[in-house]
Amino acid sequence: MEKTGAVLIVGAGVSGMQAGLDLAESGFKVYIVERTPTIGGRMAQLDKTFPTNDCSMCILSPKMVETAKHPNIELLVNSEVQKIEGEAGNFEVTIKRYPRYISEEKCNGCGLCAEVCPVKVPNEFDSGVGARKAIYVPFPQTVPLIYTVDREHCIDCGLCKIVCEANAIEHEMQESETAVNVGAIIVSTGYDLFDAGALEEYGHGRYENVLSNLQFERMLSASGPTGGHVMRPSDGAEPKKAAFIQCVGSRDVRHHPYCSQVCCMASTKEAILASEHAPGLKATIYYMDIRAFGKGFQEYVNRSKSDYGINYLRARPSEITEEKDTKNLIICYDDTQTGELKRDEVDMVILASALKPSLGSEKLAKILGIDTNTNGYFSARAEEMPFDTIKPGIFITGACTGPKDIPDSVGQASGAAAKVESFLAKAKGTLAAEKKEVPEKELQEEPRVGVFVCSCGLNIASVVDVKSATEYAKTLPGVVHAENTIYACSDDTQEHLKDLIKEHDLNRVVIASCTPRTHEPLFRETCREAGLNPYLFEMANIREHCSWVHTKEPEAATKKAKDLLRMAVARASHLKPQKTRIFDADQSATVIGGGIAGMTAAAEIAKQGFKVDLIEREAELGGTAREMNSIFISGKVPESVVAPLIEEVEKNKNINVHLGAKAIKLDGFTGNFELTIQKNGTDSTNKTGAIVVATGSTELKPEGKYLYKQNENVLTQSELETGLKQSKFDFESAVMIQCVGARDEERPSCSRVCCTEAIKNAINLKRLKPEGSVFVLYRDMMTFGGFEEYYKMAQEEYGVKFIRYLQERPPEIKEEDGKLKVTVYDSVFGKNLEIIADKVILSTPQISPEGTGELQKVLKVPRTADGFFMEAHAKLRPLDFTSDGIFLAGACQGPKDLTSVIAQALGAASRVCSLLSSGFIEAEAITAVVDEELCIACGRCTEVCPFAAIDIITSDLGEEKARVNEALCKGCGTCASVCPNAAITPRHFEKSQVIAMIDGLLEGMKDGT
Amino acid sequence: MEREPNIVVFACNWCSYAGADLAGVSRIQYPPTVRLIRVMCSGRFDPDFALRAFAKGADGVLVMGCHPGDCHYVEGNLKAEVKVNMTAKLLDAVGIDPERFRLEWVSAGEGSRFASIVKEFTLTLKKLGPSPLLATPNVQKSSIAEREQVETGGS
Repeated sequence: MEKTGAVLIVGAGVSGMQAGLDLAESGFKVYIVERTPTIGGRMAQLDKTFPTNDCSMCILSPKMVETAKHPNIELLVNSEVQKIEGEAGNFEVTIKRYPRYISEEKCNGCGLCAEVCPVKVPNEFDSGVGARKAIYVPFPQTVPLIYTVDREHCIDCGLCKIVCEANAIEHEMQESETAVNVGAIIVSTGYDLFDAGALEEYGHGRYENVLSNLQFERMLSASGPTGGHVMRPSDGAEPKKAAFIQCVGSRDVRHHPYCSQVCCMASTKEAILASEHAPGLKATIYYMDIRAFGKGFQEYVNRSKSDYGINYLRARPSEITEEKDTKNLIICYDDTQTGELKRDEVDMVILASALKPSLGSEKLAKILGIDTNTNGYFSARAEEMPFDTIKPGIFITGACTGPKDIPDSVGQASGAAAKVESFLAKAKGTLAAEKKEVPEKELQEEPRVGVFVCSCGLNIASVVDVKSATEYAKTLPGVVHAENTIYACSDDTQEHLKDLIKEHDLNRVVIASCTPRTHEPLFRETCREAGLNPYLFEMANIREHCSWVHTKEPEAATKKAKDLLRMAVARASHLKPQKTRIFDADQSATVIGGGIAGMTAAAEIAKQGFKVDLIEREAELGGTAREMNSIFISGKVPESVVAPLIEEVEKNKNINVHLGAKAIKLDGFTGNFELTIQKNGTDSTNKTGAIVVATGSTELKPEGKYLYKQNENVLTQSELETGLKQSKFDFESAVMIQCVGARDEERPSCSRVCCTEAIKNAINLKRLKPEGSVFVLYRDMMTFGGFEEYYKMAQEEYGVKFIRYLQERPPEIKEEDGKLKVTVYDSVFGKNLEIIADKVILSTPQISPEGTGELQKVLKVPRTADGFFMEAHAKLRPLDFTSDGIFLAGACQGPKDLTSVIAQALGAASRVCSLLSSGFIEAEAITAVVDEELCIACGRCTEVCPFAAIDIITSDLGEEKARVNEALCKGCGTCASVCPNAAITPRHFEKSQVIAMIDGLLEGMKDGT
Repeated sequence: MEREPNIVVFACNWCSYAGADLAGVSRIQYPPTVRLIRVMCSGRFDPDFALRAFAKGADGVLVMGCHPGDCHYVEGNLKAEVKVNMTAKLLDAVGIDPERFRLEWVSAGEGSRFASIVKEFTLTLKKLGPSPLLATPNVQKSSIAEREQVETGGS
């Protein structure tokens, strides 16, 4: 039986949406089932995201819009999976559709009904802090923007029915069922939050000024219940002193034994934001370990201390009580530095609630026939198969498999999509819809510019006077309409924008909001849908380049915003419509790096029927994992994973392995790269459609530290692994020292994996020799997520001793009588401890391997300050580089455990296959063009063109002229600035367009704006 | 209030504009003196752009591109360097201190570098005072402006 080319996704958070988009783009029909009335999930509730303080709504909105608009995606909100029948490849899924008592076809989201509805109830979306009506949308940017009646609270007054002009209200609507046929299912139901009220000692629910972190998050949000004002619920006063309490319900055997992984950084973020919202606020974070393990996390924590004065206090409060008169809160805690019992009075407390499996996970697991683990999360088949369940054809992704942050969830989603794509490879495209073409309207002579000034919640509006900027825009030449909008990128604004283009007959659109590097594609698409050529659109970046960098100078920022608007409008009037170019894509990929990440990506891409070249620098495949003693914290040996993968790669006819080879030159562009590979001194050039970089990481060798290389008994973790693997390692007393060369001034980042590596190896040592002693000297144990349980196991079952040291008093090591003596200041007991050890193991950070810089220059992709490759966007595009057609996976982006490496590799494979599957590439329209009237064939453009895209030809009139080969031209514009006769012009960056901006800016300044 | 200099920046799309974005995302504060004009590559920089900007009253002009070796268009940034050097001589000839005009390399990962360049350049311009073309709206300025009009066809 043939498989069905459709996929069901359960849960429409960022993970579900990303999986859906990848699959829809690859040519599958996608149904997304969501229990609530809107897509967006948890991320929609957040104000900002760590560690960049990127506005959550702004990075989510474009994905929500894209999901809602995609012709291959069908949304089934207010729905739940009821039953499945059939088998992998051909499931029939019955979906229960809860009545929303409003016709989805008729409702236009005008909101009149909610205005007149007399019933107010606490809004679940605001975690009860704000109120909604009995007829409602959860939040203003809800997608799809359709109202819902909450029948439980509706009093049947009928007012809504009276005002609804669309006649959409159907109070008699019934629950219904619908069935869909799909080949595979992805579960991405995310997480719920632990009810902080269950910890009675903290008084959530009893004391007004004790909030959960989600409630506080809603309070920070500009579109939330307090409009972004931080205030005490008891009296509306701005707090002067706030406490954030970590691990509420997490790392707690009474509730959830695991670490919730995201709360340390979430609280850091909330404390920073609170300090911004309420200047002068003193914020303290009460923590057990600060788990700042991800890319840029430790730097974020450092900045919160240095720039915002956030205080971190290592303590787990035992109780919170309320002062009756002031409603202030008294926090009782043991000071772990001094052992004293202390009290602190604050006027607001925020509890970092644990993440827990979302409600109904057990039931869903039963319906689908998949497993959950002891903590109630869906469980994967094996550590090396993070998306597979025990049931073929059903996959899991995102936080429903365990706590996860946004980039991990987004990256994982692409990975799960890859699994589905290869599973249903033959059915691809069988049920996909055709993209609708909208006829472009004729362009009149006179520019008619429409301007939108985005508030971006409070991101822009809290600094720039957006009203005044909007009024100013109305005065600019050519502007026929200007308005202010809270979020320019939300779905309803896109619809509104399309209406306005028609209503005002706009032929140019300017949006003053954020950076075009993330949002231009969305707005261009909206213009296209309204029949306006997408190149008649221009952005003014008044967020990244203005409100965020001139926070304390609102007047100057407003003036700058007006200048930027004036420049954008001036340029817009000179813009011309452009046509994008369609090229055939080479349906093959190249993977650089033959470790687990590279092999996984190569195998997955090959499974989907594409040819892959796999390049490995070393003489054999396997990467660093091959050298290891065990590759997962559970103790699995590498042979069980690496060997089968090597075999799969070597046997696959679609994969061509190049050992001892490296990439030395890259030409061409996405879909049509030409990559030169050097092997044994000879170069060969291959055509390839896409490139995956998976070059991994390597361990830092701590020369000069702790007698390393001076005493043979001082080793690194990987050297210990080698010793264990070769059964050459013996010990009586082993000491492991964490953070050697990490989290210091030279290398501020946490290396993410060393704590779990240390625990894995400590357990292995104790298994090897139960009577031996193992000490781990650490600063903060970074055993995030489920690793926490191994941390506990190491202490309780294996008797590994953990001693916390302070950064300012690192351990010292001496050689005495052939033994090593390690002295460590124990901050809990306040004294020095001496440990006589025969082996000392240093946990050093992962760094980017040799040759990374060389590869960077070949591929022209960026790296961050710590040397790792830099993704296009930390949240939105964790697997892409900014250059189209080049992707990254695994530890070359930053240190990673193997499960994450595999997840990312599968994700990158999915990104590649989405790109290659159509067989063509739509390339930018920006190329150079020659005005043959003006060209004197001097040849200067041909000399400077880096791509040999310009030739001197003989024209039809028999004259010598320069001509651009558009397939080769990349539109840099270097030719134009050397042309002595202004005969060659890069489209969209014409001289007149640049000059218009210069003049617009500087001439306007004279007017004293 | 002290007069703030106004600086026109030509920044390449891939590195320097992205570096400025990163400064924003990281909330690194810098003086509100710069206005960026995005071009695909610093190689697009045309001496006329700088002349025009000074003629219209800019106090300073910055050209920003990827570090040598990082250019998305192979070596557009090096081509920019040649043109920048030439332009500096031209500016000197018409009485504009070459210190008012410079080329800087800023990568996509260098938000803080972007901010410190702006800070430092702003200070330099404050020391130099307003552009001489602003102070003496006479022969020099109009001659440059006229030349511009001819070159750009009055656009």
